[in-house]
Amino acid sequence: MSEKEIDALAEPTWWCSRCFVPLEMGKGNISYLGSVFPVELLRCPSCGQVFIPEDMATGKMAEVEKILEDK
Amino acid sequence: MEQDGLRNLEDLCIQDHPPACVAACPIHVNSRAVAGEIARGDFAAAAKILKKAVPFPGITSRICDQPCQTVCKRGEAGAPVSIRALERACLDQAAQLQDTILTLPKKEKRVAIVGGGLSGLTAAFDLGKKGYEVVVFEKDKQLGGSLWRFSEEELPRQVIATDVAVLEKVGVEIRLGITVGKDTSFADLLGEFDAVYLALGGEPKETFALPLDQHGFIGADPVTFATATEGVFAGGGMHQKKHSHIQSIADGRRAATSIDRYLQNVSLRASRTNEGSFTTRLYTNTEGLEPLPTTPMADAAGGYSAEEAIAEARRCIQCECLECVKVCEYLNSFGSYPKTYVRQVYNNLSIVMGRRHANTLINSCSLCGLCQEVCPEDLHMGLVCKKARETLVSQGKMPPSAHEFPLRDMLFSNSETCSLAHHEPGKEASKFLFFPGCQFTGSIPQQIKKVYAILREKLTGGVGLMLRCCGAPADWSGRTELFQETLGECRRLWEQMGSPQLILSCSTCYEIFRTHLPEASIISLWEVLDRLGLPEPSNAASSATVVTIHDTCSTRYEKSIHSSVRTILGRLGFSIEELPLSRERTVCCGYGGLMFFANPELAKRAIQRRIEQSPADYVAYCAMCRDYFASRGKRTLHLLDLILGASADDAAARKAPSYSERQENRARLKQSILKELWGETVTEKERYETIRLRVAEDLREVLEQRQILDDDIRKVIEYAERTGSRLLNRQNGHLLAHHKPASVTYWVEYTFDPDGVVMVYNAYCHRMEIAEDIQ
Repeated sequence: MSEKEIDALAEPTWWCSRCFVPLEMGKGNISYLGSVFPVELLRCPSCGQVFIPEDMATGKMAEVEKILEDK
Repeated sequence: MEQDGLRNLEDLCIQDHPPACVAACPIHVNSRAVAGEIARGDFAAAAKILKKAVPFPGITSRICDQPCQTVCKRGEAGAPVSIRALERACLDQAAQLQDTILTLPKKEKRVAIVGGGLSGLTAAFDLGKKGYEVVVFEKDKQLGGSLWRFSEEELPRQVIATDVAVLEKVGVEIRLGITVGKDTSFADLLGEFDAVYLALGGEPKETFALPLDQHGFIGADPVTFATATEGVFAGGGMHQKKHSHIQSIADGRRAATSIDRYLQNVSLRASRTNEGSFTTRLYTNTEGLEPLPTTPMADAAGGYSAEEAIAEARRCIQCECLECVKVCEYLNSFGSYPKTYVRQVYNNLSIVMGRRHANTLINSCSLCGLCQEVCPEDLHMGLVCKKARETLVSQGKMPPSAHEFPLRDMLFSNSETCSLAHHEPGKEASKFLFFPGCQFTGSIPQQIKKVYAILREKLTGGVGLMLRCCGAPADWSGRTELFQETLGECRRLWEQMGSPQLILSCSTCYEIFRTHLPEASIISLWEVLDRLGLPEPSNAASSATVVTIHDTCSTRYEKSIHSSVRTILGRLGFSIEELPLSRERTVCCGYGGLMFFANPELAKRAIQRRIEQSPADYVAYCAMCRDYFASRGKRTLHLLDLILGASADDAAARKAPSYSERQENRARLKQSILKELWGETVTEKERYETIRLRVAEDLREVLEQRQILDDDIRKVIEYAERTGSRLLNRQNGHLLAHHKPASVTYWVEYTFDPDGVVMVYNAYCHRMEIAEDIQ
């Protein structure tokens, strides 16, 4: 059984508190200063509300923001 | 910035001008590099540098008249470096070094050199290397001319022979014992050769019927050495006022350059500046340099040993300027010096596609002007950066993240929540207007209330109050329009109040109004308090308490403020110890120019550098200087705390407020002062403003660093609770919500406690936008 499959068996941590369903991995777009990037992220399968974890916001996203700002 | 402007600015930075020794040497031997290599013990590298510049290094390292030494900066602290002795030592130590002389392919043209002294031989060597067919005519039986006047001990004959032998390697033909004009005619020479160099030595008798100069020697152009006859050049000893061997070599080199150009049919005169000895513009500060005497030579005839040479070379101070880089953490941290930076800024602004590498360079400067103050040529990097910021803004290329936070803070200070403009209670007019500035009201609102009471008590004619921001953040960030708008509002309100004299506590407001509101009469709070006398009781210190003053960079040239601050501190009983960089040479605390927002890591280093300059308590009279130093653990007392009677310990212990607390302080100051002095109440709060937060202390620092305000958190929670848009962590029961009130998306992790207080566990933010559709 792969790590991914083990994770999938566990109780999901994040739920949409409005629709009360667990978040699922899905595709989305994030953009900045005119550039658009497709990303995989957790979102509510019902209402579409997304989850951006702290390490993504302060890591990868901050990095990309800096690069785009200097373009 | 235009190309011309760039060149003018670049030209002001003299760091890469040659050191005095190199400029003074007529053939520009890089003595600084030679000494540098020897100091490292690399004699071979030193010898290579020397041999590249000098045709006959063995000779010159023994008999050079050393014009370099008279200008050596080491002479200002001890004695000048023994450069010639070092040159000899590097040749001795690297004797095994094989000479590799690169010569160009042979050319058809022939050159005659008349005279086998240093000048003629240098010209022969240089032209031989370039591939010309060169013949030297020497009337004596040996080469070297006046060199033979030196004793065997001063200049061993073997050294002359070895050095001169290099001519063979470049294919120069030597004809000894031939007197031109006797053994062979000058006319034959002109017929046989394409160019002739007359290097006849001092006071020659032969003139070859050429036109003479006023001294009776063959006349020649001082720059090109061209005589009246085409293809004939003359130079060397006969034109020297005072005979110099190194000058003879330089003359030979100059002649060779001219002859090469003549034979290639290109301009003889173009780009010949700095050929020969000149005075450098490089400035090198020798203040505080420990004097060191010349390294003694155990064997005077044998020259320096390796160890002695290394010791002597280490006395070389490796002249450079870097006056600004030495005192400025910003200039230091980008690894170069203004000449390079100006170029980088220019390239950054001219770029059409690709990455703008200098945005951080442009936005990190505090604009404080210390660089200009210490620069021998008055170059102001702050003005370069400020102009560049304005250009970036106008191009729409200013990185949004650099200044948005302080600009929002400025707008908040000038919003209805914080701003105010009133005459003194019970008065219809104002002779004075107290304008404390947004950082004073954000940092020490209670002290502002107290000092306003003192001003009202001691001054007659009405002291109005204006709570606002002067617009400095907009100015610093290059937002010209926003700045004019903000300043314009200050001007309008000030005029409305009858154009009273402005009493300013903040040095930045002082500088902004001094520069941009010249029609206003302004005075600093410190000068006013100095004149009015201090409030009683003033028992802050015993005379034993030594403090040092950190002057504010925006008023570095306001001597009267500096003096008032010192007088006040003296009256309060403090003894003052001056920092080496104070008054007009003071250093920015890291807030100026919005450095802290554009480059927080650099600002922290700048603060650290400043607070390490004295172990004594610092006294600051700017709110930001005081708070920045205090927040990095330096005991820093605000002058106003001391004036109002706080003890040094109490003043040092006051905690620097967070960004949120600053805003809260400004809003509360307006509310309370309006109520207390004018009996007015402020309108109701917005819905989000009533949300009560509890934030753990360690998270506070994170929020501060991420520039997330309590009000940003409140807005997220208000939005999440109103719309139900939030996530639930089923493992710990925390809620996570996000909201984008303007350009930044904030995420807040929270729960409610039983009293309805929001417990905040985490908050973070990003500028990237999420394309999501909440259905």
